[in-house]
Amino acid sequence: MMEMGKTPDELYRERLKRTEDAIRLTVPDRVPFFPRLGFFATRYAGLSHEEAMNSSDKWLAANRRVIMDLEPDIYSISENPGKSWEAVDLKQMRWPGHGGPANSPYQFVDGEHLKADEYDAFLADPTDFLIRTYLPRIFGTLEPLQKLPSLQALFIGGYKGATSSSVFVEPAMLQAFESLYKAGVEARKAQQQLAATHEELESQGFPRAFAGPNMFAPFDIVADMFRGIQGAMMDMYRRPDKLLAMMDEILPVQLKDGIAKTKKTDGISAIYIPLHFGADGFMSAKQFETFYWPGLKGLMLGLIEAGLTPCPFLEGDFSSRLPYFAELPKGKTVLYFDSTDLFRAKKIVGDRACIAGNMPLSLLQSGTPDQVREYSKKLIDVVGKDGGFIMTSRGGMDDANPELVKVWADFTKEYGVYR
Amino acid sequence: MSKDLVAALSDLQEEEALIITRDRLDAGEAPLGVLADATRAMEIVGRRFADQEYFLPDLMYAGDILRQVTEIITPRLTTTVERNYLGTVVLGTVAGDIHNIGKDIVAFMLDVNGFKVYDLGVDVPPARFVEKIREVKPDMVGLSGLLTVAFQAMKETVDAIKAADLRSQVKIMIGGSQVDEQVMNFAGADAFCLDAMAGVSYAKQWVGGK
Repeated sequence: MMEMGKTPDELYRERLKRTEDAIRLTVPDRVPFFPRLGFFATRYAGLSHEEAMNSSDKWLAANRRVIMDLEPDIYSISENPGKSWEAVDLKQMRWPGHGGPANSPYQFVDGEHLKADEYDAFLADPTDFLIRTYLPRIFGTLEPLQKLPSLQALFIGGYKGATSSSVFVEPAMLQAFESLYKAGVEARKAQQQLAATHEELESQGFPRAFAGPNMFAPFDIVADMFRGIQGAMMDMYRRPDKLLAMMDEILPVQLKDGIAKTKKTDGISAIYIPLHFGADGFMSAKQFETFYWPGLKGLMLGLIEAGLTPCPFLEGDFSSRLPYFAELPKGKTVLYFDSTDLFRAKKIVGDRACIAGNMPLSLLQSGTPDQVREYSKKLIDVVGKDGGFIMTSRGGMDDANPELVKVWADFTKEYGVYR
Repeated sequence: MSKDLVAALSDLQEEEALIITRDRLDAGEAPLGVLADATRAMEIVGRRFADQEYFLPDLMYAGDILRQVTEIITPRLTTTVERNYLGTVVLGTVAGDIHNIGKDIVAFMLDVNGFKVYDLGVDVPPARFVEKIREVKPDMVGLSGLLTVAFQAMKETVDAIKAADLRSQVKIMIGGSQVDEQVMNFAGADAFCLDAMAGVSYAKQWVGGK
């Protein structure tokens, strides 16, 4: 249902304003529709997951088609960095064509890449640790970097650094750097293609949902990227001070880098923050207060201060954490919920933050059109009451039925009008 | 120093639990008795998890202390331990999905609640479930999955169990943060669980007649 008589530019501004109104907690003209595509475009356009990972052209064309067909108010396209990952033999992911099941998107592989007794080494010189110890563990092709001497020792001698650099001549070292170069070339190609797609979609009247790189709660970075689940959870007991010190180190680095990479193009400039271990079952209230919330809150407040809009994705059930999110400044965040009871969330945080969610993926995959409409109606009536609501699904709708998605989109745009 | 291993382990007092274990064995106590106390402690841990007094980190920490306690005891064991199980469960994350946390919690909770658990791991193809069901004749099967691709895989697994003529011999539960009644009906399972305690509760209900 193309909106007749409006130029793409008018539509762009209208959609953006609709979303901005929802985020600022004023009543928009209707509930904004944000289909969280994930790997939906594969099924929609008949792509294999392997093609989706490795062929930027096909992947972006497929997503473009979905977006043109569904006409969302804001959109986001998942990355498909298969070739870059392949070039450096990434160990932290499995994906189709690289050890992962053929019919699923890429999946994260938990692992311990910083050992319990290595916190001090990291804290003493993070960069040196990252280059000589961490990178060789997460990228197969960078193993030779283990053999580098201390980077500080290598270059602290001024002019002597020129001759110290003979360590880089070894063939294995050269191969390591070549793999990084190759990954970089692929990454740049994909980024340029993505940027062109964004430009094109923008010219067609579609605003992007997110303005910068994804960011993460400091605890999740330590747990997912460095210590592994087991390690991070044991550290809460055995070395809480080190765990906290590492998070303190990470937060400002992440904030500074993320803000620098964000293109502030509109009044929203949202940043996606997928949360992992903050969910209800994953830690106690006390553990959440000690290890999770301070870092996450610091991240969100830092982004707000920079004029950006944090959009944490609260994967799993965050019901018991809702009061913490009520501490945030009013009208500055989007809380994107998965299985948390949205009707309860509306009561507890509805006057502080815009709520996005939470059409069940099960309904979009195997429900009936009536079930989809019924659930949408309930969300719009209760959570959408007086604005402050963005319609989306409980996560990436990888395997959703295109017909049901269309029903969902149409119904939201029709019934979601504020009168 | 208290000699109460049950209290030390269930209260997650790592050092104390290890010292008590060594002291009791050094004093000549039967290893099986010490092991039985460790098992009792883990039952308490499971109860506290069910009561939301303990959470995932506490469960993992308890598991890690138990691992060390068992490492101290095992070399001194002369007989094997016979446990009387309430029932048998074959458990795994379905094909296409490699998420393990939820499944591992369920395995832990079923174990401390008296079930024999065969954990097939992650990305388990339907044929592997069928093969294991034939081999160990479980009372029930648990299919875990977080991704939406798991819905279809759960259905295919149940279909494979049907095709192998084994469906009437097992109850099937599905679990994962995205599952609901809709997915349960779609897959053809008997129950869906959003947390491990729901799984334990169905498991107990299903073997109730025995």
